[in-house]
Amino acid sequence: MSAELADRTSLDPRSESLPVPLIGGWVPRRGVVVAVASVLLTLALAVVALGFGDLPLSPAEVVQALFATDGGFITTVVRDWRLPRVLGAVVFGGALAISGAIFQSLTRNPLGSPDVIGFATGAYTGALIALTVIGTGAVSLSLGALVGGLATAVVVYLLAYRRGMQGFRLIIVGIAVTAMLQSVNLFLLLRAQEEVAMAASIWGAGSLSLMNWGTLLPAVIALAVCLPGLLLVPQLRQLELGDDAAAAHGVDVERSRLGLVLFAVALVAIVTAATGPIAFVALAAPQVARRLAGSAGIPIAGSAFIGALLLLSADLIAQHTLPVDVPVGIVTVVLGGFYLLTLLIQEARRRT
Amino acid sequence: MVLLVALAAAVLASLAVGTRAIPPAEVLQILLGNDTGANASVINDLRVPRTLIGLVAGAALGVSGALIQAVTRNPLADPGILGVNAGAAFAMAIGTGLAGVTGSFGTLALAYAGAFGASVLVYAIGSLGADGGSPVRLILAGVALGAVLAGITSAIVLTDRARFAGMTAWQSGSLLDRDVGLLTWAGPLVLLGLGVALAIGSSLNAIALGDDLASALGARVVRTRVFAVLAVMLLAGSATALAGPISFVGLMVPHAVRWIVGPDQRWIIAHSVLAAPVLLLLADVAGRVVMPPGELPAGIVTALIGAPVLIVLVRRRRASEL
Repeated sequence: MSAELADRTSLDPRSESLPVPLIGGWVPRRGVVVAVASVLLTLALAVVALGFGDLPLSPAEVVQALFATDGGFITTVVRDWRLPRVLGAVVFGGALAISGAIFQSLTRNPLGSPDVIGFATGAYTGALIALTVIGTGAVSLSLGALVGGLATAVVVYLLAYRRGMQGFRLIIVGIAVTAMLQSVNLFLLLRAQEEVAMAASIWGAGSLSLMNWGTLLPAVIALAVCLPGLLLVPQLRQLELGDDAAAAHGVDVERSRLGLVLFAVALVAIVTAATGPIAFVALAAPQVARRLAGSAGIPIAGSAFIGALLLLSADLIAQHTLPVDVPVGIVTVVLGGFYLLTLLIQEARRRT
Repeated sequence: MVLLVALAAAVLASLAVGTRAIPPAEVLQILLGNDTGANASVINDLRVPRTLIGLVAGAALGVSGALIQAVTRNPLADPGILGVNAGAAFAMAIGTGLAGVTGSFGTLALAYAGAFGASVLVYAIGSLGADGGSPVRLILAGVALGAVLAGITSAIVLTDRARFAGMTAWQSGSLLDRDVGLLTWAGPLVLLGLGVALAIGSSLNAIALGDDLASALGARVVRTRVFAVLAVMLLAGSATALAGPISFVGLMVPHAVRWIVGPDQRWIIAHSVLAAPVLLLLADVAGRVVMPPGELPAGIVTALIGAPVLIVLVRRRRASEL
């Protein structure tokens, strides 16, 4: 996989991205290949993931159980116990990646993703405050996470804004605000009553292990409600050319930008409310997708497919490689950290 | 002079304040051995060791921050932000958890190895490239490596909660219930690190002017760097082994000191030795008072005060400097 990846990224993008006609428009050929490949890989991995566990199943058994009409034991295991978690990983990974792709396109910076600017930690703070003030429950947790995350994103942007926005300042302000909020979170956790602290800390590690149909469906419905936001993607492409060019092409710049930000924030907020903060998917997936597709801008659909693949693989690692089931958030932090390091090394090499 | 008074006041506060408040006058009596009441054991067995650890760890953190900032010419450097403390914590988790290392000396050796490995790695990644690495790249490398190491550390801790019962408290950077036995090894090594730091102070002044100019002035750039990294390893490693990974002390103190004494590294280092323990001890005291009867770890308090300082710094500096 890695050799193939390196091979692909070393290709000259110009030779590979000749446009070919496709239904509804012109799409670069390499982007399509990458998208199809990542969808197939995700499907294969999902079947493997459904087979893993205390009751190991072969891929054939999994597929049979998925489409079986009678309700045998294997069907229950696959459909009711394992499928929500796998589906959750795929859907949430895709949503996080789309959100990251929009943020990164709007800020024109690979680091401008919601996890870097402290959204997740802020969501945790909001959830903790809501749990202590309003009381335990899924509604107060989700609301708190939403408000906390939004407020943090706004504060970080305002603090980092000074005669224009610069990537480095954004990330360092994000690091600082994250460090502060982590302190606040620990303070709240230490003060909180035991049941609140328990509920909050399970959620706060970022885990898919508690996914079932009851928790998955509301989140998926909420995400589906947001889907019309994708209609703004053509405007995003125009905005990438610069505000003036976009305005010249007839785009209402401020309104499109606001709509896109709201869409992206809503996606990441819904996911965070459901699973807890899962870092780095929004950061890494769009960049990986862009590199694989060799495109100039960040491909939205490609990012979503790669994000689904990333989160599903991370959850498999979290679930099955260690003696205990660690939260997937820990795995994505480690993978994302490695990814950031290689990004830095590559960037440095290119400059020499 | 003012710093010495402040340090004395901080030490006194650290001895007097707590769940059981003891008046300063009585504290002095107990220290002189004139009082052997119930408060004496509180002072002698709990608060004196805690204060000693705060003093040593604080001085080590402050000076290692000053050294890193001088060597990398990076105003935002800090052993916590650059992942050095995370490296020490990681090595200690691996060593105690997987290899079964025990004892003060083994723990310290692990912390040094981890701190050394992390600082070399971060510096190597951060300084790749034609321009010799920008301060921002160094910070990103540190944060990324820190995230990786901290993630693996918490995964290790999660796999065996019983064995790591003390580790979770240690991870948040607290002065409470520390292994005082470590001081017998760490104390002298911290002193050694401080000595090295002071000895290379004048060379660090030359390095501040740029590598070329520094060697033209007769400073041995490479040798100074090596000594500086070794001193950082001793200082940051000891502090982490003593008090857990504590961030932002190494960032804040050298800046505050620089505003007062100017850019001479020798003065910055000498004053950081005194100023950093003041900050750490006061943070510890604040952590004891803020939510009785529980305590907030000192590392949490320093992050709460230190993060805004980082924001102010990054907003103040011009883009070219960063």
